[in-house]
Amino acid sequence: MASIDLEDVILEIPTEAPPFPLPSRSLESAPIWASGADGVLRIDRCGSCEYYIHPPSPRCPECGSWEVAPSAVSGRGTVYTFTIGLQEFIPGFPPHCVALVEIDEQPDVRVIGRVAGCRASEVEIGRVVQASFNRVNDEVWLPYFTLVAS
Amino acid sequence: MSPRGERNAYVRGIGQSQVGRRLMRSEMSLTIEASLAAVEDAGLTIDEIDGLATYPGEMNIQPGFAGPGSPSVQEALRLNLNWFSGGSEGAAQIQAVINACMAVSTGLARNVLVYRTVTESSAQVGGRGVAAETPEVGGLLEWLMPTGAVSAVHWLALVAQRYFHEFGVTRDLVAEIAINQRKNAALNPKAVYTEPLSMEDYLGARMISTPLCLFDCDVPIDGSTAFVISHVDTIGDAPKTPIHVNAVGTALRHRNSWEQWPSPTLTASADAAAHLWERTDLTPSDVDVAELYDGFSILTLLWIEALGFCGRGEAASFIQGGRIALDGALPINTHGGQLSAGRLHGFGFLHEACVQLRGEGGARQVAGSPQVAAVGNGGGPIGGAMLVTAGLG
Ligand SMILES: [Zn+2]
Repeated sequence: MASIDLEDVILEIPTEAPPFPLPSRSLESAPIWASGADGVLRIDRCGSCEYYIHPPSPRCPECGSWEVAPSAVSGRGTVYTFTIGLQEFIPGFPPHCVALVEIDEQPDVRVIGRVAGCRASEVEIGRVVQASFNRVNDEVWLPYFTLVAS
Repeated sequence: MSPRGERNAYVRGIGQSQVGRRLMRSEMSLTIEASLAAVEDAGLTIDEIDGLATYPGEMNIQPGFAGPGSPSVQEALRLNLNWFSGGSEGAAQIQAVINACMAVSTGLARNVLVYRTVTESSAQVGGRGVAAETPEVGGLLEWLMPTGAVSAVHWLALVAQRYFHEFGVTRDLVAEIAINQRKNAALNPKAVYTEPLSMEDYLGARMISTPLCLFDCDVPIDGSTAFVISHVDTIGDAPKTPIHVNAVGTALRHRNSWEQWPSPTLTASADAAAHLWERTDLTPSDVDVAELYDGFSILTLLWIEALGFCGRGEAASFIQGGRIALDGALPINTHGGQLSAGRLHGFGFLHEACVQLRGEGGARQVAGSPQVAAVGNGGGPIGGAMLVTAGLG
């Protein structure tokens, strides 16, 4: 038997800056990391063919247009895959869930973030989730996801 | 078919340093030991080495990972080089070997020394935290580490969880990778973990990042592996069985970042393996032994499928019933792999392929004089493959 029962693992809503490395923030990625300041998830989108581009890039890989800018999305998505990290890679940091979330607007855009506000045993592939943000500083707002009642 | 310049190269010599946990020897010391062993094994002198290649070369990354850069080794061995190369991008760790093949094929060098050195076990002594080592991350890691996927185990656990979900795989069905390799390691005098591993041990093991447990993760060690890659026109005076490079696979065709891959079975290993088979007349059924990267056990499963030994999603059933054991139809990771022999980081697989094709495996030698070996390196967005043979094949 695995030594930890996932039903006993509470994934707390993050309220402080986590002890993870920070994004170095390129000209393309900086607006995406800062987007959560107003509680809205934004993903680069092509102004010509409306394709969402993530990770962000200055030119649309679908149609070749350079008319690309961050665009608000609903923040709703579906868990494509996830893992519950139980080993303490950062001393004292509790078990956490990392998920790849397919956004409702375009399934080949996966946003990576923690799933929180539930027990680890409740996280499943296919669960619908909603993005919120964990403020690190004014430039970096980390997306995290909570389960939407199904 | 495109020209196959890699066939102008062969593995003339192999060498390995002392290998183990917490050796507390310098990376240069291990590198020189492995390099001199490979040069001697090739029947050459250090003066006849005119090319040098390594993976990844000097890198400002976690201690013990990179080993010494090629200019440092050139200095230490006072090599007289016409060509040298180091770098972390390309077809996984064995890109360095493939670079050497290209160098001899183009005539830039005749005898290339290739090495990969790790001292990750000794570096763990008094190690610092993840965040202290890497305060800021860019490139592919920019999307992983800030959100808590701080270790490679998280990145591959995401792949494994999806793979398990899509193909109805459970942990008991993949345990054979770790269990079989532990059996093989018991026959390898250089392996670090040799005590038997049972199904109960595996299923009861501490979870690291679901669904991967302790025994799904490889073990950091210290050690250096080296090869001498030479031009085939020198084959006449090679003292040991020459190991021919039949084909290499270096492709990158899908979205191969750590999180946007199209499917768990379409990561870089799939591209490298497809490319490999495009460059040879041999087929998967010709392979006698396979040495497939196992930084995490899921990667070996994906290599088995990528190389076409079974269909997509079928690896968990393929490995049952002793098929991958030393006396099975397709022996895999005959030295114990990185899970049990230790993380020589990619180079251990080509080394073991050469050992098996030469018939130098001792207690772990696969019977029946294996003639063709497949080697896979890497995982996630990094994949490289080689097909090597004991004859011209
Ligand atoms: Zn477009």
